[in-house]
Amino acid sequence: MSIFIDNDTRLIVQGITGRDGSFHTRQMIEYGTQVVGGVTPGKGGQKFDEKVPIFNTVHDAVKETGANATVIYVPPMFAADAMMEAADAGIPFIVCITEGVPVLDMTKVYPFVKEKGARLLGPNCPGLISPGKSKVGIIPGRICTPGNIGLVSRSGTLTYEVVFQMTRAGMGQTTCVGIGGDPINGTNFIDCLAAFEADPDTESVVMIGEIGGTDEQDAARFVNEKMTKPVVGFIAGQTAPPGRRMGHAGAIISGSAGTAAEKMEAFEENGIGVAKRPIDVVQLLRNN
Amino acid sequence: MNIHEYQAKEIFRKAGIPIPPGEVATSAAEAEAIARKFGGTVVVKAQVHAGGRGKAGGVKLAKTPQEARDVAEKILGLTIKDLPVKKVLVTPAADIETEAYVGVIVDRASKRAVFMVSPAGGIDIEQVAAETPEKLMRYPVDPRYGLMPFEAMELGFFLYDDVKKARAAAKIMQQLYSAFVSSGGSLAEINPLVTTPAGDVVALDAKMVIDDNELDRYPAIAALRDESSEDPSEVDARNANLTFIKLDGNVGCVVNGAGLAMATMDLVKYYGGDPANFLDIGGSSNPEKVVNALRIITSDPNVKAILFNIFGGITRTDDVANGIVTATKQNPLKVPIVIRLTGTNEEIALKILKDNGFSAMTDMDEAVKKAVSLATGAAA
Repeated sequence: MSIFIDNDTRLIVQGITGRDGSFHTRQMIEYGTQVVGGVTPGKGGQKFDEKVPIFNTVHDAVKETGANATVIYVPPMFAADAMMEAADAGIPFIVCITEGVPVLDMTKVYPFVKEKGARLLGPNCPGLISPGKSKVGIIPGRICTPGNIGLVSRSGTLTYEVVFQMTRAGMGQTTCVGIGGDPINGTNFIDCLAAFEADPDTESVVMIGEIGGTDEQDAARFVNEKMTKPVVGFIAGQTAPPGRRMGHAGAIISGSAGTAAEKMEAFEENGIGVAKRPIDVVQLLRNN
Repeated sequence: MNIHEYQAKEIFRKAGIPIPPGEVATSAAEAEAIARKFGGTVVVKAQVHAGGRGKAGGVKLAKTPQEARDVAEKILGLTIKDLPVKKVLVTPAADIETEAYVGVIVDRASKRAVFMVSPAGGIDIEQVAAETPEKLMRYPVDPRYGLMPFEAMELGFFLYDDVKKARAAAKIMQQLYSAFVSSGGSLAEINPLVTTPAGDVVALDAKMVIDDNELDRYPAIAALRDESSEDPSEVDARNANLTFIKLDGNVGCVVNGAGLAMATMDLVKYYGGDPANFLDIGGSSNPEKVVNALRIITSDPNVKAILFNIFGGITRTDDVANGIVTATKQNPLKVPIVIRLTGTNEEIALKILKDNGFSAMTDMDEAVKKAVSLATGAAA
């Protein structure tokens, strides 16, 4: 088993003819993902690489292909509309890779998608991969290997680093999920932790956070109260200077400055093993 | 993106918010002329992207044009939080009866724009939140409807008992919300919002932060950027599409991805070194980015060693290798470089580097350790 995607995932690609969209569509097909269609307005009726049908709208694509997931590679100014179009067309799982989506756009997307009952992953995320089954997004397939560890992370390349170290140490994964680093995103740590807890094949979980916000602290409490499986974690930004990215007014609302120290303390208090370095994740998993 | 007080005031004025007149001066003589024009007592305020201007001596009253000249002279010579003051705003002094705080910000927890208002304005709002939280009201706005009149009135009555003042404040808050949304803001703040003895409600200060991701949508707002008031190396990096933050250490870091960049800095510290910067070359691979990154990093005289940490996914490591070769041919390095790269096209990248006399590593910890020892060795 795995979470969110598996062998039955039927994926469409929004922005399939763009630079990133076309490159990663080929990578996903090569990995074995069932890419059943693509969407580029004005190119409906054509085929991508002579095999994947292209549609003008997501509604058309869903009607013709029975897609149950979509991945979005459209430019930032159009990404909000693309996410809402997918939710409106009834797609239950939406992954948005696009980086640079305005946060005010996301204040509209989030409630819209929720009302339609869809799950949104991202934006500004690397997507996810269930090794050996399916990959949606941009995580390189060759650094992963099937196994029984779940991984959830706010980062992209740092995720690759940790997954690669795990793979080299012979520790395979059920699913690796990148939830993205934007202030407002569709899926948070707790959503993924709950899914891993419910997945019979996942035996332990790695959680990789970073500075800013209080998602990691909330997730740590969730681990303590609701999870039976062991969780280990790493927080990036232990040496980051305070206040460079996050304004103080944001800190007022959350009642927290979102420092790495605060998050690592929350991990420790709630029984989550804390890695000092990315490589230490491997040792912590061995100790479980 | 930060904008200056006088620029934020212009945006607020266009939205209809009552704001006293004011003009910008870049010299003491200009400040004197503006003060003479307004007549009476004026306030001279440093225009700089830093909080705590008052405490730093950047806000002064002047009773006469000559005095305005003198204080402007002093303020224009100030450096506040490492940023030199290049402009001052000269504005007539207002008669203040009460001071309140009004702000709107995008909140990650409620995933909405949230108003924060407090009748205890004019001072540090963080202090209010910490010491007298009952004096701070938070109010999330549903983006579908905006700040509705009855909601604005609720906020207005939190500030003032008098219905006339509450109504005036409510109108200002609706105007502030529309200015915030139509400029792509991530923060808009009036501190203080004052009442005058005549019973008027007026915004005496204005602050706005714009979401960088909105700038393509609002060219007029993007044009407000004042590069002269930012760190030159950060301006340079932004123009080269790099995310760069200068720090005080001596290990210059070039990394792809923000999370890995932070983890790399952490590891530099872990092995006893000090990072000179945060630098994320981003996802797309382009040798030109690497050339720019190296130029920016080597312009910092504190840098004693350079560390590349690249995990190729979308980023092709051969592009990075080519960038390193090109950059160092243009400007030979004066400090040692440690290159760690792994991932997409790793074999090609390693060959390019080897053919050009560079050695590369594939393990992150080993590379960081080596860079730290080179930097501290050079510093000793």
